[in-house]
Amino acid sequence: MKLTEKLGVVVFLVAVYVLVPALIALSGRWDFFYTLTSVALLSIASAGVWLTFYIGRINIGQGAYALVGGYVSAILMTKAGLNFWITLPLAGLFCAGLSVLIGLPILRLRGVYFAMVTLVLTEVARLSALALHITNGAKGITSIPLPGKVALFGITIIPDFSTLANPKLAFYIMAVTLMVVSFAALWRIVNSRLGHLCRSLQQNEELASSIGVNTAYLRVLAYAISSFFGGIAGAGFVIISQSIYPSSFQVTDSVNFMLNCFLGGLSFVFGPMLGTLLLYFGWDLLFSTGKYQMLIYSSLLILAMLVLPNGLLSVSFSRRKGVGK
Amino acid sequence: MEQIVVNGLYLGAQYAVIALGLTLIFSLMNVLNFAHGQMYVLGGFITYTVVSQFHLPYIVGLVTSAVALAVIGALLERFLFRPVIARSKREESTMLLAAGVAFFLDAVTLLIFGEKQRGIPKIINGVLNWNFIIVMPYDRILIGVLAIALIAGFIVFMQFSRSGRAMRALAQDRMAAQLMGVDVDRYSMIGFALGAMLAGLAGGLLVSITGVNLGMGGPTSIKAFMMIMIGGAGVISGAIAGGFILGMMESVGLTVLASYGDITYLVIFASLMVFLAIRPQGMMGKPWG
Repeated sequence: MKLTEKLGVVVFLVAVYVLVPALIALSGRWDFFYTLTSVALLSIASAGVWLTFYIGRINIGQGAYALVGGYVSAILMTKAGLNFWITLPLAGLFCAGLSVLIGLPILRLRGVYFAMVTLVLTEVARLSALALHITNGAKGITSIPLPGKVALFGITIIPDFSTLANPKLAFYIMAVTLMVVSFAALWRIVNSRLGHLCRSLQQNEELASSIGVNTAYLRVLAYAISSFFGGIAGAGFVIISQSIYPSSFQVTDSVNFMLNCFLGGLSFVFGPMLGTLLLYFGWDLLFSTGKYQMLIYSSLLILAMLVLPNGLLSVSFSRRKGVGK
Repeated sequence: MEQIVVNGLYLGAQYAVIALGLTLIFSLMNVLNFAHGQMYVLGGFITYTVVSQFHLPYIVGLVTSAVALAVIGALLERFLFRPVIARSKREESTMLLAAGVAFFLDAVTLLIFGEKQRGIPKIINGVLNWNFIIVMPYDRILIGVLAIALIAGFIVFMQFSRSGRAMRALAQDRMAAQLMGVDVDRYSMIGFALGAMLAGLAGGLLVSITGVNLGMGGPTSIKAFMMIMIGGAGVISGAIAGGFILGMMESVGLTVLASYGDITYLVIFASLMVFLAIRPQGMMGKPWG
């Protein structure tokens, strides 16, 4: 890490942990906490999609894993009475396991074929949630408890959220922490040996496999990590809204996850974060325009694509990227 | 059983028209048109407006839909897809653009036509009843026949006209077609317009039977994707086969699986994934698209 990068990370951390809550407290716009919490969680799912882009696959199925993760967490909390903090990693692991099973056959597909299959996967998840008994059909699962206390050797590490004066802030801190950890992990993966191998897959799979890269293993691994992120994001969403329905994550959400990555730029680890922030916040800010909201939003999207077809971050980092590659 | 087969054929003919447009755009430009369902809904609304609001004959509505969507398709290709394809580093960028267009068309449809379910009066009354083995309203038969005629017309156009030959050449190898003197830009535009037109026509056909509403766009796109995955993306015969197969599966599934609840589509999706695991390129597609 260069000094400027270190400085950037510190500035970012200070901004999300201190500056944003302070600004919200000053302005009194408490509703921004919910928006930003959603952004943080959605950007985790987008980070997963970004990783599948990194191995050269267009993934429009992240909504499926977000939904599955959400249901796993919700069912474990309501039926088994587990603490949210235990169900969170379990939801991620369940999704990762599931994605290995699904990924083994479908990762053989490429290009638009993979894109279309994953799109169908989102529909499969929604229809399964409607048809199964354990997911309670269209009624969904509601009145999910708030996260409980986590204590280690008698010391409270995470307090019970229902005892807090300001659970909104607590949820914000939770989501942002998850986001920071996820993106740190993603950054580490991309800059490791695994990341280099993934790049080789993105460029030419046959060539990579001919020089001894285990492509089948790698793409399943990348897909599993991606789905893990999806599951975590889904579980996080369940706990902030305290409910889940089959329509909580659908095709539109899957497409949005993909758009977040595109908009931020596919060559940059932090692209999905920026893309999610802009898309979600932009959508929220346009709420005041009423019925023209969708029109303006989609026009801006098309415009962004026309002007910057390679993502927003391609502008500011265009010089550095030329040297780095 | 005969009834199920006839229903499947009728559904399949409609689906095939939708899939043809999608597969044409895909084969020419390598663009996965997310907005295809929205174009279809727009076509339905235009026919509805012409027939129900202006009280013109149905065929006028159908032609208006076709022309309007062809113009929209041509404009989209000329001013959105072409510049983005030329400048973006990754061809997936067009997917974002197509998704943006889908949102845009949704918004426009909502503003112009509202969110209500719309339908037009029956074109012809009466029901064909053949000993209660096959019961089919005449207007459905008419729509089915029209759809099949459209498909036949499209195939003839692609096989025997100059433009059709140019587009087939483009689909096979863009570079080679260009070297042989095919005006690539022009035929890409015509192809996109033609694909959008087919979507509009399918919408116009459907509005006379089930009506249209705003929410149909997305699910229709997904169905169209499934059809071209079954048949093989970018292959015209594959799209037709995919349309008929999906129509038949839906018709059979809705009858056979009715007692298990609303799981027809779940079963279709699951079997599709198994099928694609065995044969990734679909029935007739080129390997790896």
